Amino acid sequence: MQARRVGEHGLLVLCDDAATVRATYAELRTRARELGATEVVPAARTVLLDGLADPEATSVLLASWELLGPSPDLAGPEVEIEVSYDGPDLDEVAAQWRTDAAGVVRIHQECTFVVAFCGFAPGFAYCTGLPDGLVTTRRSEPRPRVPAGSVALAGEFTSVYPRTSPGGWQLIGATSQRLWLPERAEPALLAPGTRVRFVGIQAR
Amino acid sequence: MTAIEISDPGALTTVQDLGRPGHAHLGVPRSGALDQPALRLANRLVGNEEGLAGLETTLTGIRFRTRGATRLAVSGATCDVRVDGRAMPWGTPISVTDGSLVELGPVITGLRSYLAFAGGVDADPVLGSRSTDLLSGLGPTPLAVGDVLSLGTSYGDPVAAEAVPHPAAPVLRLDLGPRADWFTEAALASLDGSSYTVGAASNRIGLRLIGAALARNRDTELPTEPMVLGALQVPPSGQPVVFLHDHPTTGGYPVIGVVRSADLPVCAQARPGDLLTLRVVAPRRAEQGRQPRS
Repeated sequence: MQARRVGEHGLLVLCDDAATVRATYAELRTRARELGATEVVPAARTVLLDGLADPEATSVLLASWELLGPSPDLAGPEVEIEVSYDGPDLDEVAAQWRTDAAGVVRIHQECTFVVAFCGFAPGFAYCTGLPDGLVTTRRSEPRPRVPAGSVALAGEFTSVYPRTSPGGWQLIGATSQRLWLPERAEPALLAPGTRVRFVGIQAR
Repeated sequence: MTAIEISDPGALTTVQDLGRPGHAHLGVPRSGALDQPALRLANRLVGNEEGLAGLETTLTGIRFRTRGATRLAVSGATCDVRVDGRAMPWGTPISVTDGSLVELGPVITGLRSYLAFAGGVDADPVLGSRSTDLLSGLGPTPLAVGDVLSLGTSYGDPVAAEAVPHPAAPVLRLDLGPRADWFTEAALASLDGSSYTVGAASNRIGLRLIGAALARNRDTELPTEPMVLGALQVPPSGQPVVFLHDHPTTGGYPVIGVVRSADLPVCAQARPGDLLTLRVVAPRRAEQGRQPRS
């Protein structure tokens, strides 16, 4: 693993692609205690180790680690999210994907997504797994208020807004499931590594 | 039950302890007091564990009335402290009786004062912390007129004396990286020793610096990256932002360097208009391109 120093206590591990991030994150999270890291944070092409007492020594250690690459054993828990596909941007996404609204709904349900990383808000999960090349352009004007539970698309990702907030993603549906459960030991329904399937239900 | 009732929260007063690190992978900012040595000091002064929740005020102080007798101490930004109109010492434990009106005046030096109470502020913890996170809305809401905060009941003896630190020099020491290689040689050469003015839009999320733009050597977009406390992130404008405790856990702009943790209290206490000097202490540029062992 190749890593760069981040301040006094951090290391940023560089990865070639999202699959390598997933494998690296799984490995580093398992070994966080051994490494003395207080945070292990994945993102698009990097994984951060923070809170290290001696990042230089950890960097030398990591340089000797060989990742065997993502294996099926890394598959995390699977979560099913019920969606009523009636979002205001379905037609816009359909136009971008060169299909119709029914096509967007079908593709979104057929994919098995994996949470690549979280960010933007507690429990906001960047889920990968759309067919290659299927990307979604953000709205040119973000909405000041996107309701909690909105199922959304942007870039190569899909996500669900855990709480009402401003947002620029394209909205294709909504779920009544809670994404953020601060009273639980695992407060995010969608944590990095979790596999996600979306299931259509009739709007009530 | 001992409590305080807020008469005037000033410009912004929040409940803060040492934050909720360890959840960044779920998108949860660490939050917590911006000037942690100041909060720790105030807690020690009243006889608390260092990490108990206190109040962080901003610029204009706070006014509240006690319900029950308590002991309190003020640290961080200096200000006048009055109990029922009588001047009291800053940086020293003060015993107050039931029904006292406590006033912290506008800051004299610095920006944020810290107020600790014997037993700590007893708000509902979220993920193990009572800190107000202004980015994500976790923790207690910022204080409002009429709010009643109960105080804890477990505390030790106040300390007799404590060395109260002088305000630190207005210097931010930086370790370069992880993305210093995204910037021009000229930007990197000018960084050390350059001065920036603190912008008015600064808050608990970030300290905005206004000065010489830091130019990039490439136009490509950085894939979203994890962000650390103290990161000096450079948006396309070239005007850097220091990430403070409520910072987002990920970001899409390159980080040219990271402010040393010892200098974060300088960021916490810098006012809009203040001049801060950047000082590169660890270039580490030879390490930027380190290759993995084959």
